[in-house]
Amino acid sequence: MEDVVGSVPLTWYLVVAAALFCIGLYGVLTRRNAVSILMGVELILNAANINLVAFWRHVGPEQLDGVVFALIVITVAACEAAVGLALIIGVFRSRRSVDLSDIDLLQG
Amino acid sequence: MLNLVWLVPALPLAAFAAISVVLWRDRRAATWAAWLAIGASWLIAWAIFAGTWGQPQLATEPVRVGILTLPTGAEFLRLGFMVDPLTGIMLFMVPFLCLLIFVYSRGYMDGDPRYSRYFAYVSLFATGMLGLVVSDNLLFLYVFWEIMGLCSYLLISFWFEKESAYRAGLKAFLTTRVGDALLLLGLLLLYSRTGTLTFSEIFQADVLSRLADTVVSLPLLGTVPVAVLASLLIFGGAVGKSAQFPLHVWLPDAMEGPTPVSALIHAATMVSAGVYLVARMFPLYAAAGPGNGAMTTVAAIGAFTALFSATIAVAQNDVKRVLAFSTISQLGYMMAGLGIGAFVAGVFHLVTHAFFKALLFLGSGSVIVGSHHEQDMMKLGGLRTRMPVTFWSFLAGTLALAGVFPFAGFWSKDEILAEASHGGHMLVYVVLTLAALLTAFYMGRQVCLTFLGQPRSHEAEHAHEVTPFMYVPVAILAFMATFLGLMGVPADFPILGKLLGENPFHHYIGEMLTLTGAHPEAHGVNWPVMLISLVLALLGLFLGWLVYGRRPLEAGQPDPLRRVLGSLYPVLENRYYVDEFYQATVLRAVHWLSATFTAIDSRWVIDPFVNAVGRSFGRLASRSSSFDGRFVDGAVHATARLADAAGRALRPVQTGKVQDYLLVVATTVLLLLGVFIIL
Repeated sequence: MEDVVGSVPLTWYLVVAAALFCIGLYGVLTRRNAVSILMGVELILNAANINLVAFWRHVGPEQLDGVVFALIVITVAACEAAVGLALIIGVFRSRRSVDLSDIDLLQG
Repeated sequence: MLNLVWLVPALPLAAFAAISVVLWRDRRAATWAAWLAIGASWLIAWAIFAGTWGQPQLATEPVRVGILTLPTGAEFLRLGFMVDPLTGIMLFMVPFLCLLIFVYSRGYMDGDPRYSRYFAYVSLFATGMLGLVVSDNLLFLYVFWEIMGLCSYLLISFWFEKESAYRAGLKAFLTTRVGDALLLLGLLLLYSRTGTLTFSEIFQADVLSRLADTVVSLPLLGTVPVAVLASLLIFGGAVGKSAQFPLHVWLPDAMEGPTPVSALIHAATMVSAGVYLVARMFPLYAAAGPGNGAMTTVAAIGAFTALFSATIAVAQNDVKRVLAFSTISQLGYMMAGLGIGAFVAGVFHLVTHAFFKALLFLGSGSVIVGSHHEQDMMKLGGLRTRMPVTFWSFLAGTLALAGVFPFAGFWSKDEILAEASHGGHMLVYVVLTLAALLTAFYMGRQVCLTFLGQPRSHEAEHAHEVTPFMYVPVAILAFMATFLGLMGVPADFPILGKLLGENPFHHYIGEMLTLTGAHPEAHGVNWPVMLISLVLALLGLFLGWLVYGRRPLEAGQPDPLRRVLGSLYPVLENRYYVDEFYQATVLRAVHWLSATFTAIDSRWVIDPFVNAVGRSFGRLASRSSSFDGRFVDGAVHATARLADAAGRALRPVQTGKVQDYLLVVATTVLLLLGVFIIL
């Protein structure tokens, strides 16, 4: 079986990951809805995951550390989503809004 | 027994403490405390006196009781009490008189609002006098001397509601203070030269001769042996305490105090402490040889005072003032006696005089109480039938003071006169003889004016005899005044001399003279002197009777002496204007000095200086304050304002929006990335 994955050069993965990171960052910075921002954060995390897996495959496939690290990131992302959503629900209950531009009590 | 001597002053001290702390509420308890203490003191004192009788070696080797040891660097100052014949004879006299006068006071002070306080004071006084006579060193002596001075002040101004009484107390205190300062200087001089203040150590023959041989040079006086200078300084203290000229002015005024006080303190005991001091220091006086400056001064001042105050006494009308001047005069006798070296005679006169002068004062106190506090002799008279016990006792005292055979004063006064004539001090002899004549005259005058004739006032008309508390002590003293002189009868006096044991007093006290290196020898009877003085005494009394007794004065009639003496009388009446002289010189100088110092203090130097310092500091403070406000505070405020402005400027950065922060983070990361790439 031809190694499709291995035939794609590392640079391509990195470009894709960078693009994904930028899209996530753009979403985090521009979206007003807190849930959307959370989604942006997920994109950023997954961009990192792509990097981890791509480097594992091209640099040291005989060791599992890159994959394990990616799995840990996915776990953390799940936790983060759960906590983040809980916070958003809490904020929504008290303020009837999930618009981050309204949530600015901590200001100078 | 002799070791118990410390109890003699300690008991009255305990009575003083008990009365002033606890017993003062209860008059009866206060009286008994004072009586019991002085009574016990008296018994112990007479036991000690009996123990010293016939013990001549005590003169050179006294019994000493250590009380206090003070470290003075390398040495120790051992202070304590002692017993020798001079102390013994004082212990014979002082506590007995104290006891009698304490009893008398019970009657005299009856009903006084400060009755208990009186007994506390006189108990303290007894401590002072008894402590003085048993001290074995000059330091203790000085302390007790000052205790007596304090008590004298307190008791003279006892009735301080009267302005004259409080002024008299102050006068006495300040006048004697002049003498006390000199005495202290004498003590310091002796201590610096010998390193000791104990009598027996100063009176070592080698110490005395060293003091007599070293000289100090003084301005005005030239070179003076230390012994003479110390003697003169100590004599200064005696002049103040014994009211000798020129410090005699306080004693007549001291009669403002209660009469028992006049009798005890200002006639019998405290004023004779000066004579006692000179007698005690007699070896020092004699150290520089016979006829030295110190002895001559003592003799001169004593003889002068004797005549001087006798003349004043002639023209006084107050019962007690006559006796006060008489006391000064008799103290002058004693001083003159000591000054011419008649140690035994001087001490003898000291003892006999204490008894008969206490008698006369107590008698006058009885007169004052009996005639409802009338003291002016011109308003008395005719008390002989109204106060018989007082009259006969007073008469005994008068005869003793005038020196009539065989009363006590005859023997002692005559011994001084005999010694003066024997030693060739003719000037002293003549002066003292004249004083004796005047003494007899003014006593005759006093007796005639007070007791004979008809009463010259309502008070005297209704006079009555006093209570037994008062006349019993007076009668006892009259007995003593009559017979006490017999212990000093010269050995070769016909019949009496042999009968009475050949002048036991001289044997007793004369041993003290061995301290001076002299041999104590008693001179025999000097018949011319004795007869002259007896004749003059009788003549004086007769003259007194002639002027005042033969034709008794009527009420309001002026003193016949005024006509006889002419312009001299007011001078005598006003005591030679000595008080006025002091007022015009010493007191005015002191007033001027204090006014000047006040001016220097408050107007010229001190206050202006203080004010200038204050003002300049005020100015400095306001400068400092404005610097503080402008610069220090400015810096503090500027810091605060800077922080405030920075806070305001940076405040907008904190928008509270999460995305803004994230944007900053992202931008920063990009910038850092750019920097990283470029570099």
